[in-house]
Amino acid sequence: MSESITGVPVSSRCIGKTAVIYAGDYLNKLSGERIERECRRQFEAGYRALVINFRDTELVNSIGVSILLGVIDAAEHVGAQLVFSDVNHQTIQLFEMLGLTRHVALAKDEQEALKTLTEFAATPQANGH
Amino acid sequence: MPESLQMLLHTFSALADLGQEVTNAEDFPEMVRHGMFLLLGSLAIRRGGIAEFDEESGRLRFVATRGLGDERLKDITLDALDIESLRNLGLCGFHVGDEASGLQRFWQRHQALLDAQRIELIVPLVVRGDLNGLIILGGKASGAPFSADDRDVICSMARHLAVGIHTHRLLAELEHKAEENRRLYEGQRAIYKDTVRAFAAAIDIKDKYTQGHSERVGKYSEAIAREMGWSEEEVEGIAVAGYLHDIGKLIVERDIINAPYRIDAKQSSELNRHPAAGFEILSPIKHPYADIPLMARYHHERIDGRGYPEGLTGDQIPMGAKIVALADSFDAMTTDRPYKRRRTLEDVVEDLRHNTGKQFGPEVVIAFCKALLKEVTGETKKRTIVKLLGKDYIEPERIAPLLAQLVKDLESGALVATNKA
Repeated sequence: MSESITGVPVSSRCIGKTAVIYAGDYLNKLSGERIERECRRQFEAGYRALVINFRDTELVNSIGVSILLGVIDAAEHVGAQLVFSDVNHQTIQLFEMLGLTRHVALAKDEQEALKTLTEFAATPQANGH
Repeated sequence: MPESLQMLLHTFSALADLGQEVTNAEDFPEMVRHGMFLLLGSLAIRRGGIAEFDEESGRLRFVATRGLGDERLKDITLDALDIESLRNLGLCGFHVGDEASGLQRFWQRHQALLDAQRIELIVPLVVRGDLNGLIILGGKASGAPFSADDRDVICSMARHLAVGIHTHRLLAELEHKAEENRRLYEGQRAIYKDTVRAFAAAIDIKDKYTQGHSERVGKYSEAIAREMGWSEEEVEGIAVAGYLHDIGKLIVERDIINAPYRIDAKQSSELNRHPAAGFEILSPIKHPYADIPLMARYHHERIDGRGYPEGLTGDQIPMGAKIVALADSFDAMTTDRPYKRRRTLEDVVEDLRHNTGKQFGPEVVIAFCKALLKEVTGETKKRTIVKLLGKDYIEPERIAPLLAQLVKDLESGALVATNKA
């Protein structure tokens, strides 16, 4: 579904109350901003739990980091929970080094990410009492 | 991979990308936006903006911002002291409020804005002592303060951006100057054209029977040259040659020009001086088009060598002069003269048929007939020749086949061979 990047759509799906967006290999150019816009669109649609799946992302460069910071900002703005899944080792190191992991949780795979978000939703704070 | 090495690779890659990006002179805002993404992403800085300094208004105009809120960051107005202090600091990163920077006055004046946007670091973009812009940066995602290494990375990237903005400004200035020159040149050309028209009017006023002749010859010449595929510049040039072809008549006695009868041999000899005289008048002028004096000199030459002043033949006659010669004769045949009324268009076409290869160049006659044919049949909406001749003078159904046949006969080459024989 969703916005197209030079003819290729930004892949995403919704599982219950969680939206999953696939970063693909678009993140490292300015056209990757469409991923940020897709995240914002999901927040506007009411989703407050979001997974970004990096299974097809080999490398994240400075532009990719900027785009992800935009997503983190948007999530914080609406009080949404954000989990990055399927992130390779090198990218995990980069995220840790740059401090992105202070703002976002990492999960081994999509299943684990969904579980993390479900658990979070079940906590009293997340349920709003 | 050790963390420091990975960080180095990450920032080095951003720097390399930025180096490439600043050469993108075609889309300045996109270049700046791209640069901002690279700069913020290299150290995971959460918000920031890049402004271009407009010296004329004294404003810092933000070209790209990110994470600074939905509302577009308002421009910052700098006063002379702000500009002076930023310029003197050169390209370095300064923590907001840093007392050692010497920017206390700047901090005070802009504190509200910097606080509201949670700005931590500013970098003046200075190239060769000129303030080109300013980078403002918020905090890092790690929450750690900017280190000396961070500031080095930021300054390296800022240097690229400063050069990019500086180049853009130079190009814009160059374009502005080029545009100014173009306007001046256009103005001069307009003055030149007006002067040419004024001259043409002066020439024609001397001859009370042929008012408007020079202008018509200019326009016919233009139509022929355009049909021959000449460039716009060349077409403008031939029009000017048409306007001025008779300028030599200014030295001929008015009585001879206006004689209401066929002039005698002596008068004719006096009148025939006008092409050479035209050449003398036009030669000292630096025309923006080539060969204008030559076209005036040779517009009474004939292909068969029986023309004047030099009796040139065929290819010895410049093509422009052949065009003006045909336009001149065509106008003479299609306008009333003191001693004879104008001929019918059919008769004129017959004259062209008879004299091509003798008086007129075949390629010029072909082009003229094609241009007229297009106007008569409506193939072109531009009606230069038809307008000058007057609609009532032309019977399209009679003239079109004659023109088409003449073109066909001339293109086959047979007619010219017959005429020459």
